[in-house]
Amino acid sequence: MAFVVPKENYSGKVLEVEIGTGPKAVKIGGENTLPYLAFEGQVPNKTVVAYEIQDVPPEDWPSTVQSAYKDVSADPVKWALYCQNELGAQMIALRLIGTHPDRQDRSPEEAAKTVVAVLAAIDVPLIILGSNHAEKDAQVLKAACDATAGKNCLVGKAQEANYKTIVASAMAAGHKIIAMSDLDVNLSKQLNILITQMGFDKGKIVTDPMSSALGYGIEYTYSVMERIRQAALLQNDPTMSPPLVNDIGMYVWKVKETIAPESDLPEWGGLEERAIGWETTTAMGLLMAGSNLLIMRHPKAIATVRKMVDELV
Amino acid sequence: MAISGVEIFKHLPKTNCKKCGHPTCLAFAMKLAAQQASLDACPDASEDAKAFLGAASEPPIRRITIGAGDKALKVGEETVLSRHEKKFVNPCGFALVVNDTDSAIEAKAKSVADSEIERVGQKLRVELVAVKDASGDALTFSGAVGKVVAAAPNVGVVLMSANVEALKGALAQLSGKKPLIYAADAGNWEQMVELAKGAGASLVVKADGLEALSDLVEKVVASGFKDLMLDPSPKSPKDMVEQYTQIRRAALKKSYKPFGFPIFSVAVDADPLVEQARASVCIAKYASVVVMSDASKWKTLALMALRQNLYTDPQVPMQVKANLYKIGDANENSPLMITTNFSLTYFIVLGEVENSKVPAWILVMDSEGLSVLTAWAAGKFTAAKIAQYIDESGIKDKVASKELIIPGYVAVLSGSLEEKLPGWKITVGPREANGLPAFLKNKVS
Ligand code: B12
Ligand code: SF4
Repeated sequence: MAFVVPKENYSGKVLEVEIGTGPKAVKIGGENTLPYLAFEGQVPNKTVVAYEIQDVPPEDWPSTVQSAYKDVSADPVKWALYCQNELGAQMIALRLIGTHPDRQDRSPEEAAKTVVAVLAAIDVPLIILGSNHAEKDAQVLKAACDATAGKNCLVGKAQEANYKTIVASAMAAGHKIIAMSDLDVNLSKQLNILITQMGFDKGKIVTDPMSSALGYGIEYTYSVMERIRQAALLQNDPTMSPPLVNDIGMYVWKVKETIAPESDLPEWGGLEERAIGWETTTAMGLLMAGSNLLIMRHPKAIATVRKMVDELV
Repeated sequence: MAISGVEIFKHLPKTNCKKCGHPTCLAFAMKLAAQQASLDACPDASEDAKAFLGAASEPPIRRITIGAGDKALKVGEETVLSRHEKKFVNPCGFALVVNDTDSAIEAKAKSVADSEIERVGQKLRVELVAVKDASGDALTFSGAVGKVVAAAPNVGVVLMSANVEALKGALAQLSGKKPLIYAADAGNWEQMVELAKGAGASLVVKADGLEALSDLVEKVVASGFKDLMLDPSPKSPKDMVEQYTQIRRAALKKSYKPFGFPIFSVAVDADPLVEQARASVCIAKYASVVVMSDASKWKTLALMALRQNLYTDPQVPMQVKANLYKIGDANENSPLMITTNFSLTYFIVLGEVENSKVPAWILVMDSEGLSVLTAWAAGKFTAAKIAQYIDESGIKDKVASKELIIPGYVAVLSGSLEEKLPGWKITVGPREANGLPAFLKNKVS
């Protein structure tokens, strides 16, 4: 018996999406194989990692990750520049968490000002994220889009409850959008269909399957992603073909494993390494399930994941 | 295993004697192919027929056992490429590699023996110690193995050496313990097979790339030895993903026999975080044994969690029994909390209640294994259902206080619960379970 490499025949392809303008614009997606199987197809773009920053100081971030930005995080522009210039960020993801009604309840106008200031300072592409409050996000992201037209940003998250306003604003501004649904293949497909029915180009959508942290439901995200990828590539379903984003920082940096001191749980080992490793391992798991874009927090976790991404192609 | 009735028929006696209860040998063969009959029913079946059907009914990926007793590691027997198709069967094992020259070898072996932790009701651990022949000296190697066996008698052992003398000395100390030998290559495989056979050990077959590996495995199998694992010697994570995928695919989709064995993977890297990241790739991409050079608790905790998560049943969430659980020395005046029967939810809440040292009751309601918010969104954790459960559970006889603490995330339920449970006080607890210790201490003080 001679060994013959068992190759899969893929009829579909992940859509390629470009974000940003100028020499540092990035492309994600575009592969026509399951994750990182270049022996049977093309993987033109590596997974990109964006650094998450916020419009307000990250007081709710656990100390391990808060301390990594302690000198810059009071000012989103400084914070963004630090990530870009000192840490070599490929992309910045600005989360407008201060707009959440339970937080500072900042106005859409204030939020838009922050976005414009950050965008003016950096030359890497920008992801603009709301606070995950469906109604407020619609207003905030609209204001942000209106103020940033032509900059080819990635804006999100558009969800079933608020996609109409966000999609319309993004379309007017020429932006790309993140479409997020609740961990369900069919809901994800349905949202993509609703969005394209508004006349939005499917090649400008990035799918957020909804992430979950290692140990707290990651297997659900993992399998939903694998199923979306297989639908796109093996069944050539164009409504499942956008690239995948995983916004993991907010899930990882709230679980006990990234917070509890070693003195409370000696059997879990040192907190700092444990917390960074938790974010790294979460990202690696989802990378294997097909992530094209990761939004992460800790510089060491990001550096490790980027090294792995380089070694996967 | 798809094998046609006609194929099977060729191996039957073709006498149509009907002793099997079927009118003809061919009819019987069809039943066998459909796995609706067993060859035992034909008294005249030849040894050849038995061997043929035996091979055909073997699992596509052979099971390998490393170590003995209740801590033995069992790997292989996988049936799918994606976990959503069907549950992954046997979680991969973790091996800590130690050099035979390492003066800390006993302490390291002991750390593996003591690595067990509990997570979501399951006991998880690092299963194996891999002793590496760094000295090139047979006595040093077998001495090191002796130390490992003494320090960690119940831990499975991997012997990493190409030196026949060294292995002989080591194997002599491992009789009955089913060690794994790493590795047979094109140059030494005959000797290695002989050693493994003689010692009841399994053997990793190692070659450079899949073609060479396939050739070598065929030789080894032809020599009559099949307790094998595979190492195609990946040079990078890219190789790992590609080669391991091809092996798994060949075994499952093409019934390619030379690759019908579990994968042995070396994830070692000098940077512990990179090693953790590499090991994550191995866990997701089909490795059955993952070798690491460092098994710090912070690191293995995450890897054990990833392994546990990816090997859970995708159809059935892990659940605990719906019941009233008494935590600590709870009495009729102790606080009463309600939650759902998703294992993850229950064990997180349990951990925090235990943390608080406050004796308490946890009432676990059947939500078909859904978390609090998911169950609420799915209509399985509603005021009406909770009220009904409280009525039926008999809890009223055990708890005098008539105060029910509900998860903060379902605070919206409190009004309707008070309506449906007359005489009860509904208290909204913290949203995250890690707020419970402060909450409970405050409550009883
Ligand atoms: C994994 C997941 C699923 C899995 C199911 C997992 C499971 N076994 O439950 C699947 C994919 C099946 C699923 C399905 C759905 N899901 Co879902 N899912 C999640 C996800 C990602 C994680 C849930 C989880 O495992 N949490 C971990 C456990 C431990 O959390 P927990 O049980 O709440 O416990 C915590 C606290 O509540 C507290 N706690 C628990 N008990 C107690 C008790 C007391 C007394 C106290 C004080 C505290 C306390 O402690 C725990 C830790 O802090 C969440 C989003 C997220 N990241 O949180 C959405 C989420 C829960 N799902 C949601 C929804 C809407 C659904 C669906 C209805 C949607 C759909 N796709 O059809 C379905 C419904 C299920 C059905 N019809 O079968 C929503 C709920 C929104 C809402 N507020 O109503 C969420 C929040 C997502 C979102 N939109 O943001 N989901
Ligand atoms: S018992 Fe065996 S030989 Fe007889 S009919 Fe059945 S299969 Fe044929």
